[in-house]
Amino acid sequence: MWFFKSPEIVFGEAALDYLDELPGRRAFIVTDPTLHALGFTERVAARLRKAGLETSCFAEVEPEPSLETVYRGAAAIREFAPDWIVGLGGGSAMDAAKAMWVLYERPDLRADEISPLVTLGLGAKARLIAIPTTSGTGSEATWAFVLTDTAEGRKLGLGSRETLPTLAIVDPALTMGLPSVITADTGLDVLAHAVEGYSGLWRNDFSDGLCLKAMEMVFEYLPRAVADGNDTEAREKMANAAAIAGLGFGNAMAALAHAMGHALGAVFHQPHGRCVGMYLPYTIEFVARRGDGRYADIAHALHLPGQGEGATPRTAAPCWMDEAEAATALVAAIRGLMRQIGAPVSAAGMGISLAEHEAALERLCDLAEADTQIVTSARIPDRDELAALFRYAYDGPTVDF
Amino acid sequence: MAHLFPSADWVAALETAINHSPAYASSAKTWEGDFHFVIEPGERIVEPVKIYLDLWHGQCRGAHLVDGSDGATPEFIISGPLSVYRRIFEKKLDPIQALMSRKLKLQGNMGKVMRAVKATLDLVNCAASVETVYEVEREA
Repeated sequence: MWFFKSPEIVFGEAALDYLDELPGRRAFIVTDPTLHALGFTERVAARLRKAGLETSCFAEVEPEPSLETVYRGAAAIREFAPDWIVGLGGGSAMDAAKAMWVLYERPDLRADEISPLVTLGLGAKARLIAIPTTSGTGSEATWAFVLTDTAEGRKLGLGSRETLPTLAIVDPALTMGLPSVITADTGLDVLAHAVEGYSGLWRNDFSDGLCLKAMEMVFEYLPRAVADGNDTEAREKMANAAAIAGLGFGNAMAALAHAMGHALGAVFHQPHGRCVGMYLPYTIEFVARRGDGRYADIAHALHLPGQGEGATPRTAAPCWMDEAEAATALVAAIRGLMRQIGAPVSAAGMGISLAEHEAALERLCDLAEADTQIVTSARIPDRDELAALFRYAYDGPTVDF
Repeated sequence: MAHLFPSADWVAALETAINHSPAYASSAKTWEGDFHFVIEPGERIVEPVKIYLDLWHGQCRGAHLVDGSDGATPEFIISGPLSVYRRIFEKKLDPIQALMSRKLKLQGNMGKVMRAVKATLDLVNCAASVETVYEVEREA
């Protein structure tokens, strides 16, 4: 028995107009200081006021939001007593809004107690709207969220099927002009969600097609979105791809690249998408060594050409490869994409020194082993293999074990 | 030699498997917590059967089939029918998915368990390594 969950999704040009007629009394917007300063909060609040709602805002969500931040935000929400909570931003703001929603409705719980085993009873006080301003996390379409326990220096993967947003508004206008480096980082997150959602152990018939579609869209549109932040078609397709991949992996699970990426991000404070994207080719190679990743399916769906660096999807007729060939072709395609968008392909390429990396290796392994997504990998590394994977990904040799 | 699940022999074999597992020793090196695994009535199980495991820093400090009430108040209680345990041990059902879909019920801090998913999986691997039979052989 398993489940497929999706919010109602409003997408495409002018999707934000949907707010003009939102029924309700009070809406509380959760966002970050930068978006607030850039006027995004007001763009949303103006529409909510037009619909007759009173609005308030908490614009203090930091990247990798902490437990302390969500407690402060929840206190502000309780004071305002809204019937809608709006998570506006990238993954951090939307994730923080999910946690604040729970703490508003269930003040008896601690944030780290939110789990699929606890019946939350959400919806008695408010419903949640997620409005992404980046195309990456897919948080608008998933129930999971990540908070940071600053005292322990670790990320907490939390969530319940009840913490799925009620409504997701995917309006590409909100991502127009996003800096290219953020577009690249977040776009790689979409790719990692799609590949791991398709190849991980919790894959299922309902999520497979979504993951394949999202992969296809990333390869086609991410380079364009990075090259020209105002390419409206590329922005719209990437916004949709992020939500589609969110539905895909959110109903399956991500896997090893996410476990390793979370660890690297927690220790070296690198952007999430950059970390998981960088690890993705290494983990594909690792999983493929045992033939478990369904990479031949992916290679076929993407029309990948045979082996070779610089391989680009859709440049050759459909081909049939075995798992090893397909993994090599997929890795080449991903690395080609990463070079095209200027993303680092190794930890060294992120500016992390070898000495720093070696000093942190035990901690990286501890964090990755404690990450929920490690057990959904089609091949689960033991401790020595995990340490070796981190080392290989430090400076880029092909994984050969 | 195959051991009937659940039975005192099976629990002893599991304890041995845990204490000989380098993978579990590594992934559970910081784990501190004891369990009751309850096999609920149904199929051939007439009364609830409890297995007690005391898991500490990658080792099993104690394991026994609970006879009546052992007076223990373990940190975690996991309950489910025989068929679910069997599917998990036979690797046909993911243990975390079993918890998330409530085929297995957990009393205790789920957050603590979710921070030890690799250890959970290695524990299940230990159970899966025990040669197990689930049906009592009927005499001809």
